[in-house]
Amino acid sequence: MKSGYYPRDLNMHPPAYTPGYRTSVLRSPQKAPIGFDGSPTEFTGPTFGHSLIGELDNNLILNFAQAGESAIGERIMVHGYVLDEEARPVRNTLVEFWQANAGGRYRHKKDTYLAPLDPNFGGCGRTMTDENGYFHFFTIRPGAYPWPNGKNDWRPAHIHFSVFGAAFAQRLITQMYFEGDPNIALCPIVKTIPDEDAIDRLIARLDMHNSRPHDMRAYRFDIVLRGKRSTVFENRKEGN
Amino acid sequence: MPYAPKLKESASQTAGPYVHIGCMPNTTGIHTIFDTDLGSTMITGDAKGERVNIEAVIFDGSGTPVKDAMVEIWQADANGVFPSPEDGREADPHFTGFGRQHADHDTGVFKFETIKPGAVSVDGKTYAPHVLMWIAARGINLALATRVYFDDETDANEADPFLSRIELKSRVPTLIAKRDGNTYRHEIHLQGPDETIFFDL
Repeated sequence: MKSGYYPRDLNMHPPAYTPGYRTSVLRSPQKAPIGFDGSPTEFTGPTFGHSLIGELDNNLILNFAQAGESAIGERIMVHGYVLDEEARPVRNTLVEFWQANAGGRYRHKKDTYLAPLDPNFGGCGRTMTDENGYFHFFTIRPGAYPWPNGKNDWRPAHIHFSVFGAAFAQRLITQMYFEGDPNIALCPIVKTIPDEDAIDRLIARLDMHNSRPHDMRAYRFDIVLRGKRSTVFENRKEGN
Repeated sequence: MPYAPKLKESASQTAGPYVHIGCMPNTTGIHTIFDTDLGSTMITGDAKGERVNIEAVIFDGSGTPVKDAMVEIWQADANGVFPSPEDGREADPHFTGFGRQHADHDTGVFKFETIKPGAVSVDGKTYAPHVLMWIAARGINLALATRVYFDDETDANEADPFLSRIELKSRVPTLIAKRDGNTYRHEIHLQGPDETIFFDL
């Protein structure tokens, strides 16, 4: 099992302590993390079968809606590939997503924003990537919303993603933003990421090629997980 | 120029306060989308090994319990095998190895009902029984990875290749849960003199 993963490039990630995002102040470890090469614990991870996924799990427009109804909002398809750092597909991996409704309100008891709940929108879904690492799901474009941080901070429209990968070393939670949203550049959570290009890679692109005429527009969003090291057998002449 | 991989890893962003909607919707009143929440049951049949609970609380820098965290664990079965194709050995078919729980909204306590993992022997090394713990929450920009070892495994812990590499021995106890009957109790401190050891996965 000697393989392992490329070391994580922490310059691509937000540091723990980001005072512009105020909740991080008391929740950021202050001592340096301990680096080590990993062990079977990190080089393995849970896998889930396609049988886990229900018929409407990747359709947030319908998966909480009453029969014959659908969620309010701009209908979109979000699609893309889960790849590793060498652009290899991450196959058969679980992708989970959750979001606010079109008014910017989450179906969560802690969310008390003025915008109303949509009785036909739950806000969560999941899918598995296929043999090419491809995934897609249908949803409505979430609304921007204010949040308690600074006096007047607004989250850009975003969708949360959780991706497993083939091993816990690849596990990732992130957020997807929408091309052209002026709130992106103002957001203290976006700005926790120090690298401009890394922010840009979290912004989904309007994809008219895959939009469905008179139905829904598409947004393209690729997710990159850490690369896996080549497997080299020390005592046997076997290839990678 | 040194070799650079073709792509860069996607940046992490906080899981936020509403992580429950996406990862455990049934616990937040959304019951009709998924039948059960992923990771809510780790023992799916007559699994081998000792049934134990791991119960823990996360404290922030003010000593306040973190009540909105999502916590995942990943561990070997009683024979020290991970239920993953990447392991290559045959794992217990009645044990998933993967648990996901949320901190209690009032107390911050979270609890996993699991099997005590066996020592993991691979590539000539033996790792003491342990659990990988992964914490995502509002205010945590990149999920935090730590490990939980067990206080009744003194000899195995002494010989563990990971624990023995930690230079600051005074911090090692932050990784060791204390046994109380069938429950291992543990505290995670995000900051302060007892700050838990977190590591680069």
